Amino acid sequence: MSAIPLHPLTPNSNLARLPRRTGGVQSFPNAEPAWIRWSLIAVSLAFLASFLFVPLTAVFWEAFRKGAAVYWASFQDPDARSAIRLTLLTAMIAVPLNLVFGVAAAWAIAKFDFPGKSVLITLIDLPFAVSPVVSGLIYVLLFGAQGWWGPWLAAHNIRIIFATPGIVLATIFVTFPFVARELIPLMQSQGTEEEQAAIVLGANGWQTFFRVTLPNIRWGLLYGVILCNARAMGEFGAVSVVSGHVRGLTNTMPLHIEILYNEYQFAAAFAVASLLAMLALITLAAKTAVTWKSRGPLEDHANHNSTGDAHEH
Amino acid sequence: MRFFAPKNNVLPGFRLAMGFTLFYLSLIVLIPVAAIFIKTAAAGWSQFWQTATSPRVVASYRLSFGVSALAALANGVFGLLAAWVLVRYEFIGKRMVDALVDLPFALPTAVAGISLTTVYAETGWIGQWLKPLGVKVAFTPLGVLVALTFIGLPFVVRTVQPVLQDLDREVEDAAASLGANRWQTFYRVIFPALWPAALTGATLAFARAVGEYGSVIFISGNMPMRTEITPLLIVTKLEQYDYAGATAIAVVMLVASFSLLLLINLLQWWSAHRGT
Repeated sequence: MSAIPLHPLTPNSNLARLPRRTGGVQSFPNAEPAWIRWSLIAVSLAFLASFLFVPLTAVFWEAFRKGAAVYWASFQDPDARSAIRLTLLTAMIAVPLNLVFGVAAAWAIAKFDFPGKSVLITLIDLPFAVSPVVSGLIYVLLFGAQGWWGPWLAAHNIRIIFATPGIVLATIFVTFPFVARELIPLMQSQGTEEEQAAIVLGANGWQTFFRVTLPNIRWGLLYGVILCNARAMGEFGAVSVVSGHVRGLTNTMPLHIEILYNEYQFAAAFAVASLLAMLALITLAAKTAVTWKSRGPLEDHANHNSTGDAHEH
Repeated sequence: MRFFAPKNNVLPGFRLAMGFTLFYLSLIVLIPVAAIFIKTAAAGWSQFWQTATSPRVVASYRLSFGVSALAALANGVFGLLAAWVLVRYEFIGKRMVDALVDLPFALPTAVAGISLTTVYAETGWIGQWLKPLGVKVAFTPLGVLVALTFIGLPFVVRTVQPVLQDLDREVEDAAASLGANRWQTFYRVIFPALWPAALTGATLAFARAVGEYGSVIFISGNMPMRTEITPLLIVTKLEQYDYAGATAIAVVMLVASFSLLLLINLLQWWSAHRGT
C-alpha cells in the first residue's frame, strides 16, 4: 500500500529503491529503428516543452519584460513585503511541526509492528486526496463565525479564520504528509538492527535516535523538509478560503499574485511569481541532488556489475 | 495502548511516538474532516440533496470530472511515451528534462495558473499559433484541460518509469528471437507489464485534477454552467456566506476523494499481486 504514495514528488523519490538499470539502446539487437526513436523523442519533448518548459520560461520573461527597475520596484510595495513576511512566518511554523510529526510517525510505523498499520498510513495520506478548497473549508466550519467554536472564539476575542492562525492551520493540513511520506519507506528499508545494537550497548532512546537513526535518514529528511516547505510557501486554494484577502494583513505570496494579476498588474504579479518559481527550481535541484547522493554509491556498484551498456553515469 | 506492545523489540519510544502521531493526526485531520460530515448530517438530507443536485452544481461536476478524465487519459498516453523515451533512449539534456518532469508538483498552482493563461491566451507564445487553426484555449473548457493536464503530468511518468527500468530486457530479446517484430514485442510483452502502473498513475492524476483549484481558475474564465469547476463553486458559495451549500458540495467531493483513494489502494495491491 505504501508503494506509490498519493503525493507527487514521492513516487520517484523513494530513496529505498533499488539501483536502476540504465540502458543504451544500441547494444540491443531488437531496438526500434532510428527514425521511430527520434520521432518518439521529438513528440514527447514537444509535449513536455509546451506544458513545462514554455510556461516556466514565461514566468521569468513576463517578470522582466518591463525591465529590471520595474521588477525590483515590485518588491518595494509594502503589501508585497507583508505577503512575503506572512508566507515565511507560515512556513516557519508549519514545517517544523510537520517535521516533528513526520519523524514520530515514521519511528512508530517503520520500527514497530502493530495492527492497523496500513489504515494509519492511509489516514496520513488523506490530506493529499482532499481538494485544497475543501481543506480550507473544514477549518472555516470549525472556527468561522458560523462554525462550531465560532461563537466561543468571538466571545473571547480570538480570531482564527480571516487571520494568521487559520492560514497556518490550513497550511499544516495540506503539507501534513510530506515528511512522514518520505521517511516511512526509507526507515522501513533500513530495519532496526543498528538501533537494537545501540540499545544493547547501553545507549538511551534519544542517543540512539540522534547518533544512529538520524545520520541514516538525513538525506530523506532533508528532502521531505524541502518539499514540505515548497508546498507550504506555495499553497493557494486552502489558504485562499481561510484568509479573507485582507491586503497587507492576511495575504500570502500566492494570494498577492492573484490580486495583482486580477488588477492587470502583470509585471508585478509575475515578479512575485518568479520568486516562487525560483523556489520550485531549487526544490527540483535539491531533489536531483538528494536522489543522486543517496543512490550514487548503489548505482556505481550496479554499473560495475552490469554488462557495460550503462554508460550514462 | 498496551495491547499494541510490539514483540521482540527492545527499541524504546513506541508509546511516545505513536501517542504523538495519533494526537496530531486527530487534531489536524480526523476531527476537522469528521466535523464536515456531522455538519451535513445535522443540516438534513433534503437540503443536502437539493444543493448537491442543482443544475449549476451538476454542470460543474460534469466539467470537473469529465475534463479530469480527459486529462488523465492524455497523461496516460503522453506519460507512457515520456517514460519510455526517458528510460530507453539517450539524448542531450535528458537529465534536465527528467528533473523538469516534477515541475507541476514544485511550482505553486497560482504561478502555474497565471503562466499557462499567458502562454495559451490568443496573444501568448503558444496561443498565437493555435488561433489561426481556430483553436481557442484560454477561457474555454480546453483551457481547463490544459491546466489539469499540467497538474497531473508527473504521475504517469513517475509510476511507469521504475517498472520500465526493472523490466527484464532478455524477455524482449527472447520475443525477438522467436520471430516477433518490434511492434508485436511491444504490445504482447512490454505493454502488458506497463499498463497497471500507467493505470495507477492515471488514476492518481485524475484524483489530483478533480480537486485542483489554483491552476484552473485563471485559465478557465469561470463562466457558470460552462467553465466553472466544482472547487470554484465551493468558494463562490462561501463568499456568499452560503455555508450549508458549500458544505454539501464539499461532502460530494470528499466522498469522491475517498472512493478514489480506495480505488488507488486496490489498484496498487492488485498490480503488486498480479501474476504471482
